[in-house]
Formats: sequence, structure tokens, C-alpha cells
Amino acid sequence: MTGPHEARPVGRVRFMDAQRVNLDGFAVENPELGLVALASPYDPEPGLVVEDGVVVEMDGVRADEFDSVDAFIAAHGLDLAVAAEAMALPDVALARMMVDPGVPRAEVVRLCAGTTPAKLARVLAMLRPAELVMAMTKLRARRTPSNQAHVTNRLDDPLLLAADAATAAAFGFRELETTVPVLADAPSNAVAVSIGAAVGSPGVLVQCSVEEALELELGLRGFVSYAETVSLYGTEQVFTDGDDTPWSKAFLTGAYASRGIKMRVSSGAGAEVLMGGAERRSMLYLESRCVSLARAMGAQGVQNGGIDGASVAGAVPRGVRELMAENVMVMARNLESCSGNDALMSESDVRRTSRTLPIFLAGSDFVCSGFGSIQRYDNMFGPSNWNAEDVDDYLAMQRDWGVDGGLRTADPADIAALRERAAQAVRAVYEWFGLADFTDEQVAAAVDAAGSKDLAPGDPVAVTHAARTIRETGLTMADVVTALYETGFEPEAERLLDMLKVRVAGDCLQTAAILTPDMRVLSLVTDPNDYSGPGTGYEPSPERQAEIDAIRQQRSVEDLRREQAAHARDALRPAGPATQGGDPREVVIGVSPATGRDIWVTLSGLPVVDVLRELLAGLEEEGCTARIIRFCDTIDLGMIGLSAARLAGSGIGIGLQAKGTALIHRRDLAPLANLELYSIAPVLSAADYRLMGVNAGRHAKGGAPEPARNPYTDEAIEARYHTKVVSLVAIERAHCRPGALPEELVL
Amino acid sequence: MTGADPRLRAYSGRPVEAVTLEAVRRGEVSADDLRISPETLEAQAVASERHGNPQLAANLRRAAELARISDEDVMRVYEALRPRRATAGELSALARWLEERGCPRNAALVRQARDVYVRRGLTR
Repeated sequence: MTGPHEARPVGRVRFMDAQRVNLDGFAVENPELGLVALASPYDPEPGLVVEDGVVVEMDGVRADEFDSVDAFIAAHGLDLAVAAEAMALPDVALARMMVDPGVPRAEVVRLCAGTTPAKLARVLAMLRPAELVMAMTKLRARRTPSNQAHVTNRLDDPLLLAADAATAAAFGFRELETTVPVLADAPSNAVAVSIGAAVGSPGVLVQCSVEEALELELGLRGFVSYAETVSLYGTEQVFTDGDDTPWSKAFLTGAYASRGIKMRVSSGAGAEVLMGGAERRSMLYLESRCVSLARAMGAQGVQNGGIDGASVAGAVPRGVRELMAENVMVMARNLESCSGNDALMSESDVRRTSRTLPIFLAGSDFVCSGFGSIQRYDNMFGPSNWNAEDVDDYLAMQRDWGVDGGLRTADPADIAALRERAAQAVRAVYEWFGLADFTDEQVAAAVDAAGSKDLAPGDPVAVTHAARTIRETGLTMADVVTALYETGFEPEAERLLDMLKVRVAGDCLQTAAILTPDMRVLSLVTDPNDYSGPGTGYEPSPERQAEIDAIRQQRSVEDLRREQAAHARDALRPAGPATQGGDPREVVIGVSPATGRDIWVTLSGLPVVDVLRELLAGLEEEGCTARIIRFCDTIDLGMIGLSAARLAGSGIGIGLQAKGTALIHRRDLAPLANLELYSIAPVLSAADYRLMGVNAGRHAKGGAPEPARNPYTDEAIEARYHTKVVSLVAIERAHCRPGALPEELVL
Repeated sequence: MTGADPRLRAYSGRPVEAVTLEAVRRGEVSADDLRISPETLEAQAVASERHGNPQLAANLRRAAELARISDEDVMRVYEALRPRRATAGELSALARWLEERGCPRNAALVRQARDVYVRRGLTR
């Protein structure tokens, strides 16, 4: 349709265009470029031909044409004993088994072990969002959900890294991932974050995401306790561009395990598209190749769900659904899922929440493979989907839904103390080895900093120097343990030594292993997910539920009573029983039972006494007289106002609840009718009450003033004040006595 | 460490519970006292198998072999397996070397890599 508005959209559309969601890119689905989420017309037909125990054809490709990814999966990845049974199952049958709580997880895992990449992708593509939630609830490996944090900063400042690592550990994250803007700084970051983590809690696993060979070296020397950045890709070309092959990655997987180091691989939709190598396949099919390969290599887990390519998936239809399907696919292959949510996939708070919510509700081995526990600008992976500014939101969401997303409230005083100790510990260790000398001011700045912008510009060369020294002098984590011990940080030395001893035991090599603060290993082996419908599976313990519920912002009636009591004053005093007035210019201000007893401040923060003075001043301007009468037999504002009007000589009354809600009433009206009403107490100012006094005076004189209007607001006033209202009403109710007579008050 | 099996021994044979903070401070703890043993990796492989993941078990058995070789050698084998780092002949030699060092599973992995690399143009 064409018309006069074709050139310039109308206001409604201009307004919509300006919303943050429209900063996001949205792509037309295009299989040629791999811009397709769940199924491409070019995805192969699932199929498997086995001869004499050897795969001779898989997903339409003959063995002599296998690329290196196919070849590795065919050689190592499939359980040929169940392959015939699994491949013969209709897609919908296997999809239903994933969702049905009556089918044990082990049965789904058994069958999926015999499915080819194309088969499993087709099955996952069938699951609708709520079914993905059910499947994830059942199929995740570990019973207890957990979460991982990013801890990085722009300066690689070791004091801030340690303070932030301790903070993240205090918030409950059981894995911390750091990385570097400057590659050479990696050893310093790994040491600083490990020390900080040990200050925050025992048993926190730490990794430093860098180039594969350096990451392995950091692991071998004990500076990190797990590895994650072992990237897999769904096409051979992109895999090789990443400077690895399935065999080099498989060897790396064994190398980490040979030193007792937990490791997971990393993949996810969009990587192949971004590198122009998707080969016209759907994102889910390519990711299915990665996950099949991960299992074939013997990795215990996979970080996927888009990761760096999450925004690419998010740009196409059903892309966010595809991201979650990837995670469920990992779980169906009996692997640990570290389920993405670690890259800001939208400028819109609504979309980024929508992207995470189903996973958060279902529970994952790690809900985020990197919750940005630091400021967005300090996140050297790029902003996460969740960042420092979202920690309280996330804690509130856990409380809202009663689910365990892996986080806990940290006491503000504890955070301060932990940050101080973490920064001091790093300072001591760096001085001990002659790596760097930090001043008291630098420590104090790091402890207080909300992010690296709060620090004085440091000396970037100093960090690089420290890192080079760590690397070249052959320091190991055992040396760091000694340094901590010698400098008075014995508990932290013990904790880091324990992390080294964990490797010797090897229990963290099992699927989905984390350590509890009392150093128990929770994994597929020790804490298997046993969900089989309502009443089964993970439920937070009463202690954990209390932790989830007790966010630091919660307030009780008693808290509010104390706040109010702090404002008590003796300006409002009883002066005997109330009487009927006769002066035709008299207006009565009726107040609620708790006014001047337990409630002293309105929801807008005005002292009740000041509100009364404004009302009186307004009446005086109009030449009216006034009395204040407290009604003790009702908390209903309409009744208070009407009762006041009936006692007033003029027949006009003002009703005021101590929380600030006010109205003008007339003696001949029904209780629920009134002349003017201020219903939104939290936004009322002194001037508003003055105006109500003036208008009441004009009504008393028989005039018809223009009604005062509630001040306008578009804020979530009710969310802000409703809990207070409940408490204030309870306090009013406690002062209410049936049949009690009204009493005069003097101000 | 709570919950540690008192029978658990490090690569060196030293019981893990003997690796105390005091011992570390006195310089009486060697790298091998903090290293996982092939026997422990084998035990973990058995657990993985029991929990429905024979591939993880196979990896842990390859790891049990690698536990015996040095960090430098591990890094060297990894480098050789990256794309176009080695010729087919060099990969064959590497496999022989692994075989001789008691790493037959890893040797088999390298030979398999060699064959695929040759077919897919991933040798040097």
C-alpha cells in the first residue's frame, strides 16, 4: 500500500524503530550461506551402513570420501552395537523418548550413542521449546546445576583480577574463566585468578582461555585447574583454518587427562557461517557433527550454544531455539553441557533474557559458559549475555522461580573483606617472587573498584614483565603455594594445594565434575541426574533454598517498623475525644489509625507531620479552619474521609492514610465515592498536598475547583512499593480497633 | 583434602595424604608427587565405561599412556599432529616412537591420523 506516509514512517513506527531491539541484525534465512537454524535443504539424509564392524557409509557419504571430521566420528564415535536399532527408530519416537519422564535418561543415552550426526540433528529439530526444557531437565548429566563466570579486565591488573575472582567465588560460581587482551600476560592472569578464587572459596576450578599450546602449558604447570578453549568446528575447512584436526584435538584431550586436568571442548552455531565455511548446512547439523566428534574424542563435555556465533544464530528464524537444542544434544550424548549464554546476543534486555530463560529454568551443568561477573567493558571475551549489572537480576530470578541457577547472595561486608584479602595475597606473592611491587593505594583502589576504569592507569609493561618472569623462571603452582604459606596466607595455600591434589585423584576427569566448597566432587558418577518426572530429580536442599530466597534486598514488616520508628517525633499528640464541628468554614482532616503512632513517613519519603502542615496551610490560604482527627476503627481511606466530612462543620473532609494516599470527601457521598483522590502516594510532593488543602477549602466554601491530578509516572511504582504497602497496611491493621472512637490530635 | 582415598597414590608412589603444606614448604614435594598415575587413570576409565561413555574411557586409557611421558614430549606430539606440520614419514616415525615408549594406543591414533591426513591433504 502506498500513501502520504511512505517516505517517512508515522510516529508509532518511528517510535518502534528507536527501540533497542532494532539495533540487532536480523537475517533473511539463507541456506546457501548457512544462515539457517534447524534444517537446511542441503543437510544429508541420515543413514549408516556397517560392514564387518566398520562404518562404510555415514549420512550419505562413503568412507573413501569421508572428510577428517566424518572419519574420526566413524572410527570412534558410534556404538555399533545399538546403531541399527537407533537408526531404525523414527525421529519422532526418539524425540518423544527424550521428553517423556517415564523413559530413563540412560535409555536415551544408550540409543543416542548409536545415532549419526544427521540423525540426532533431525531428532533435536523436532523438539519444541517447552519440550527442550523437559528434555534438558532430564538429560543433563549432573543432578546439581552450576554456573561459570568470566573474570577479566582491560588492564590485566592482577590485583583487580584477584579481587574479582574472590567476588565471583563468593557469589557461588564454581568455575572461573579468564583470558587476556595481551597474550603474553596469560601466566600472570592465571596465577592472579587462581589465588583470588582460592580466597573466595575452596574448590573453585579456574581456566585461562588462550591459544591451545599455551593453554596446555599453563595447565601442565598447575596454574589452571581446567581447560575449555579446545575448539571444534563442523566442517573440515574451518577446522583446519583453526589450525587443528580431529586427531590433534583428540590427542590434546588425552594430554589434559594425562595430567589429571578437567577439559571440555568448545563449539557452537555460527562459527562456520562467520568463517564462510558452512557448506550450505544448517547450524544444528554442523553442531551435531561437533558434538558427535566431542564424544568420539573422549572429551567429557562441550561448551556450546552459539558461544562466539550466538548472535549469528540469533539473527535467523528459530535461531535461539537452535542454541538450546545444541545443549540438549550434548546432554543426549552423555556429556557435560556448559550451555552458552556467554555472549551478548542482543541489545535488548528482553531478547537476551528470553534467550537464557528456558535453560535457566531447566537447569544445566553450567547455565552460562561464562557469566560476565565483571563490567561489560572489562570482559575481554566481549560482553556476556549476563554481566555484573545483572547479578542482582539473576539472583531475583532464582528466587522468583525457586530454581537453582548456581548463584548465591554474597554479604556486602564479606565481599569487601574477600576483595581485600585477595588483593593482599596477590601483592604478597608477586613481591615474594620479585614479579612486581604494589602500593597500598593500588591495593585499596582494586578492592574498591567496580571495574578497571576506577583504577589509575597502570603500567602495562609491569604485568607483561611479571608474566614473562613466571613463564621463564619455570615457576609452578607448587611454588605459589609455598609463597602464600610463607607470606601468611596459609588457608589459601592449603586450598591451592588441594586443587593440585584433586588432579592426582582424577575424579574431576569424569563427566560434569565440579567441586563443592567442602571439596566433594559432584559429577555424572557421584551426582547423576535422576529426574523422572515431578517429585524426582534435583531439588534445592532446605539450606540452599533459603540461600536462594534470602536476597539482600528482602525486607520484613519488622524492618519497615524499625525504619519508621527512626522518624518518630512528638509533634502529633492526642487531645481527647473528637466532637462534631459547627463552623461552616471548618474542614476535618481524618487520619488513619497508625498515623503518628508507628507510621511517620509516607511512601514518598515525606514526614506525615509535614504532609499535615501542607494540608493545613492550603486550607488556611482559603480562609478555612481545620481539625485533625484520628479514626481508629477502620483503615479504609474512603470511610476515614467520609467520617471526617461528617464531623466537619462544612461537611468537607480530607482523608489521609499515613502512607500518603489522600482524598477529599463530602458528607453526603457514598463511602467509595469522593471529590478528589491522590492514589499514587509514592510520587506525591509537598506541593501536591498543599493543593489538596486549597481545593478542600474551595469545596468547603461551595466552589467547584479544578480537581488536582495524580502526578504522572511511567515507572514500576507498584513493584517498588507494594511490599512496603503490605507492611504498612499490616501496621495500620494492628492499630485498628472495632468500635474505637475517633480522637482529636494537635500538631 | 577431605574425602581423599587414603590409599590414593601419586605418580611417584607417594600417598597423596602425605603431600602436606608443610612438606611443600620444606621443598620435599616433587612434581611427580602431584601427578596422576596411570593406575588411577585406568580406574577412572573403568568408571567412565560403567557410566555409559566408552569413548571417555578410551581417552583416559590414552591418557594413562601419556602420563608416563614428559610435558615436552606431549607438547611435541601435539604440534606434530596439527595440520601440515609433519610428513607421513614423520608421523610414522612418531607412531613408532610412541609404541616404543609404551604408548600403543596413542601410536595407533597417530597412524590413523597419518592415513587420513594423506588422503585429505593435511600432511606437510
